Amino acid sequence: MSVLSPVIAIVMTLILGAVLFTALGVNPAQALYVYFVEPVTQLWSLEELVVKAAPLALIAIGLALCYRANVWNIGAEGQFTAGAIFGSAIPILLPDWDSWMVLPLMLILGVIGGMLYAAIPAILKNRFGANEILTSLMLSYIALLVLDWLVRGPWRDPGSFNFPQSVTFSDAATLPLLVSDGRLHVGVLFAVLAALIAAIRLSFSVQGFAIEVAGNAPRAARFSGFSQKRITLSVFLISGGLAGLAGICEVSGVLNQLRPEISPGYGFAAIIVAFLGRLNPLAILLAALLLALSYIGGEGAQAELAVSSTVTRLFQGFLLLMILGCDTLIAYKIRLVTSRSHASGEAARG
Amino acid sequence: MVDWPVVAAIVLTIVTASTPLLLAALGEVVAERSGVLNLGVEGMMAIGAVSGFAATHATGSTFAGVIASAIGGMILAVPFAVLVINLSVNQVATGLSLTLFGLGASAMIGDKYVGVPGIKLPQLHIPGLSDIPFIGPVLFGQDGLVYFSVVLTIAIGWFLTRSRGGLVLRAVGDNHDSAHNLGLSVLGVRWAAVLFGGACAGLGGGYLSLGYTPLWTENMTAGRGWIAVALVVFASWRPARVLVGAYLFGAVTILGFHAQGMGLAIPSQFISALPYLATVVVLVIISGNKAMLRANTPACLGKPFVPTR
Repeated sequence: MSVLSPVIAIVMTLILGAVLFTALGVNPAQALYVYFVEPVTQLWSLEELVVKAAPLALIAIGLALCYRANVWNIGAEGQFTAGAIFGSAIPILLPDWDSWMVLPLMLILGVIGGMLYAAIPAILKNRFGANEILTSLMLSYIALLVLDWLVRGPWRDPGSFNFPQSVTFSDAATLPLLVSDGRLHVGVLFAVLAALIAAIRLSFSVQGFAIEVAGNAPRAARFSGFSQKRITLSVFLISGGLAGLAGICEVSGVLNQLRPEISPGYGFAAIIVAFLGRLNPLAILLAALLLALSYIGGEGAQAELAVSSTVTRLFQGFLLLMILGCDTLIAYKIRLVTSRSHASGEAARG
Repeated sequence: MVDWPVVAAIVLTIVTASTPLLLAALGEVVAERSGVLNLGVEGMMAIGAVSGFAATHATGSTFAGVIASAIGGMILAVPFAVLVINLSVNQVATGLSLTLFGLGASAMIGDKYVGVPGIKLPQLHIPGLSDIPFIGPVLFGQDGLVYFSVVLTIAIGWFLTRSRGGLVLRAVGDNHDSAHNLGLSVLGVRWAAVLFGGACAGLGGGYLSLGYTPLWTENMTAGRGWIAVALVVFASWRPARVLVGAYLFGAVTILGFHAQGMGLAIPSQFISALPYLATVVVLVIISGNKAMLRANTPACLGKPFVPTR
């Protein structure tokens, strides 16, 4: 039954889309076609779909672990940015270093950057009890401002005619492509790998069990000796590391340089991906493809129908509201109780 | 020598930077006192900002804009209330999705207003009093929403501690089972509190697009809704302390920019990061004081109420 709620939510979002496009004076059938079907009819847009889904999936897998443990990391956008900054330090500070070690070091630094940045809210929560929702989000804003400062200040390419961007990465610092031409980079494999590992660990390891217990029954977790603080720190580190990996992969594999805006809100859209995938790592891969579709469809709709691409974010938010609502409608049986039948039921029981 | 007109100008900008935070945080205090944690403040503020701007643009009246911003915030609170109060959905997740939805919807609605010049809320001048040096412009030269936010602080403070309605609200927030057994309508009180919170967040957003910077840009709320949520914790759910906190945050925001203007060589990004950094620091300091937090947090905050019979 639980598979049903994302499906209903998607259908509801499509209905909203049809209504919205009609209100905007666009033929709804054509608009929905451009939005959700056209991107999967061509090879290049299919590749684009996978390239956009990869960071969403990587981030969402980490977030799913957090949410399963009832730990609310919503600062993935910041951890993504921190990973991108840390990893980019090598090609920007040592542009002439040409070695096979460059790329692995960049990826490792990216993971470390994301982990360090995620450790801050985790430690503040464990040590001082500071609400991780607010601290992780505030840190996201700060990370974006630091990135902005770097690419306009110390890390700006001197030859960029004052454009806020870093130097273009050398070949040694660029993620290799999976197939000789096109856009599919190796980073896509990381997402699949992370999903497999996370799925196996969640089902078959003590840590996976501890996360589950801590989320569903904190008291039981305490009695069985699982430390809530350790779980909080570890899920934050894992999700931060994955977000950082997504960040450096995006910069190295797609953009090839640092810019003020390196993400169209992946860190926030990944929250939706995590819930749409029912916090299940394998289902998250599918959910990430769907959200990626909404990004590409939004660009297509803007080009072909002159509909603002902002409609994408409206769809995404609505989708999450619907998923959450449908979950309850499926978990509970709705019974309308009027005050009279209520009273008679009372009497019958009494 | 202190340059009084400059100081007065700085204080004026602090007031305009603080008022959106104050309005939004006051609404959240009421919602949280009834036991509902609404993390959708950022989204409701964004909708308030765009509806206020749109209504002002359409009618030419900032008053209509202010009303529209409150209604806009309230309308966005409706799906939240249905999910959280009637369907007992997780409040954190729903609030997050409300923020994402509100930001998306506001960007969509506001798309045609980008770059359109807005109309600023008129300042209410009181003849005679407004002309007093320094005190005049600061105390008697503000726009109507500033005065309203101060009156609202006092009114909510009175309501929560001195009125029967406030007692009911706090009872629902502190122990919904007992309140239900006393015959109080837990769901009804929470609905009213969430709608009120939505209207206040909408007003706060409206102040951004009508008073603080009279124009519309996407994401113009820039995390202020989240800062407002943090302010409620900072203020330990008391309206008077919310006022103090909001003005402290407004001062941090504005003084940074003035320090830069006076020739302090700090990159502007670091100045912009100050309010976010201050929020983290304040949360850490406040949360360290466990005894005080425990005494003030509404006991049923964030817990869904499922009436058994």
